[in-house]
Amino acid sequence: MAKLSEVRALAARRMRVAVVLTLLTIVAYFGFILLVAFDKARLAVLLAPGLSVGIALGAAVIVVAWVLTGIYVRWANRTYDAELEALRKNEPR
Amino acid sequence: MAIAFFLLFIAVTLGITYWAARKTKTTSEFYAAGGGITAGQNGFALAGDYMSAASFLGIAGLVAQSGFDGLIYSVGWLVGWPVMTFLVAEPLRNLGKYTFADVVAFRLQQRPVRVAAAIGGLTVVAFYLVAQMVGAGNLIRLLFGLPYEGAIVAVGLVMLAYVLFGGMIATTWVQIVKAALLLSGATLLALLVLSRFGFNPLRLFAAAAERYGAESLAPGKLVTSPLEAVSLGLALMFGTGGLPHILMRFYTVPNARAARASVFYATGLIGAFYLITFILGFGASVIVGRDAIAQVDKGGNMAAPLLAQAVGGTAFFGFISAVAFATILAVVAGLTLSGAAQLSHDLWVNVVRRGQAPEHEQMRVARIATVILGIVAIALGVAFKGQNVAFMVGLAFAVAASENLPALMLAMFWRRYTTAGAVASIVTGTVAAIALIALSPTIQVELLHRASAIFPMKNPALISMPLSFLVGAIVSLARPEEAAQRGFEQSERRMHLGA
Repeated sequence: MAKLSEVRALAARRMRVAVVLTLLTIVAYFGFILLVAFDKARLAVLLAPGLSVGIALGAAVIVVAWVLTGIYVRWANRTYDAELEALRKNEPR
Repeated sequence: MAIAFFLLFIAVTLGITYWAARKTKTTSEFYAAGGGITAGQNGFALAGDYMSAASFLGIAGLVAQSGFDGLIYSVGWLVGWPVMTFLVAEPLRNLGKYTFADVVAFRLQQRPVRVAAAIGGLTVVAFYLVAQMVGAGNLIRLLFGLPYEGAIVAVGLVMLAYVLFGGMIATTWVQIVKAALLLSGATLLALLVLSRFGFNPLRLFAAAAERYGAESLAPGKLVTSPLEAVSLGLALMFGTGGLPHILMRFYTVPNARAARASVFYATGLIGAFYLITFILGFGASVIVGRDAIAQVDKGGNMAAPLLAQAVGGTAFFGFISAVAFATILAVVAGLTLSGAAQLSHDLWVNVVRRGQAPEHEQMRVARIATVILGIVAIALGVAFKGQNVAFMVGLAFAVAASENLPALMLAMFWRRYTTAGAVASIVTGTVAAIALIALSPTIQVELLHRASAIFPMKNPALISMPLSFLVGAIVSLARPEEAAQRGFEQSERRMHLGA
């Protein structure tokens, strides 16, 4: 049976990654929404005809949210799953 | 034309249901498709559950009428998905079986926790159902000219057929078919619009700015106070991970790895869909015109179908209308199944029968619960006819963020969580969210036409979500529960290593 201390150490590593990525999502999203609330003028600035800062940032938050999810899945599939598999080998089946 | 497309969709999905019914013999198949859905399929099904008619027609309409502001909602509705991927999906898949209450009650006393979790979960489902059913009635009247009540009953009956006979297998495949139709229909519509602007979205936005002023590319009146913005943001960000019909989908895949991958696919599909919807909204305001959209429906809900009519003719209008209707049907089916699971698996099997019910009885109760929920859905739809129910989806998210998510988090990650703490936290979250909405400007001013509201904010999550965490923690610390702490080690093993 896998040692509980090892399971906890691996779980803590996953949790650190999860928390950091969650915080990044929060920063990206609340950064956007607070700009909407506090600095409407800045978001109205045009970067190109038809493209305001607001539209660019909004679309960017959507893309960033997806990319962060992708980063997590890539990390979990490669690193986390491999270590998890090593722990599982010791489990009674 | 619209009706022909729609009847074709019904025929195909009932065919799927017939096929699924022959494979649905056990509760595991009925609630969780036997765990036999792949990550890719579940990605589409999750996206299908989330891309409701409200997000398709509603956001397209909002963008058409006010431009940029529609994007604020789209962004908010998407950012719940990464959070759910990081914090909820995998532990939930490993710890639970059919409902999110399985996870909350894992090491606590089953009966009180299941009752509380079912009440909270069913509250979310009920608010969501009302919004969908009323939307369905209005939409079908606009699209097909059918009477409101007839439309509600039709939606109720077809949806019941999916769930009752085909369970989760049919509901999942209906959702996949609908998601594929919705995405391809919206993409085709966007391409037709963009073909008029040299396939450059910026030229489309510039055309809108030229016609309606530069303010259509900038934030407008949607978000006024920063506190309000943060509160809405909290509800959207943490409510997604507390929606019972979304959470239930993680049990349909074989393991945590597939659950993780499926949220990645879903997030990509939903994000792309919102970006496309943004283009559709601007397309409608330039090609159809704001006045013409408002003439058909003041809320702007007809922007996307009218745009289809303008760029693709009657046949395309029919196709997009049928897709919108199919969307409602599929979302209602998913909601009903998750409600039925809570009624039968949580309340009947684990509370009334204390976990000792034979398989055939569980199946019978699950089907009875489905019929009850179908009737409730139809009754709610008829009862709320003519009401403005847009706020109810927001309310569902607020309750989910204030009640389901704190309970899940504390149960999964906090050793000293107790039965009393869980019940107190769930009840507090639910009651606080509903009470604060009842006292908010949405109800007091807009619905009851009072001069002012007792609670100043439209969204309660900023207060009710921390309150729910706080009450759960205080009650748990006040009276430790030894059995719950002993069970934590087993819970940890199972949560991380899998069943």
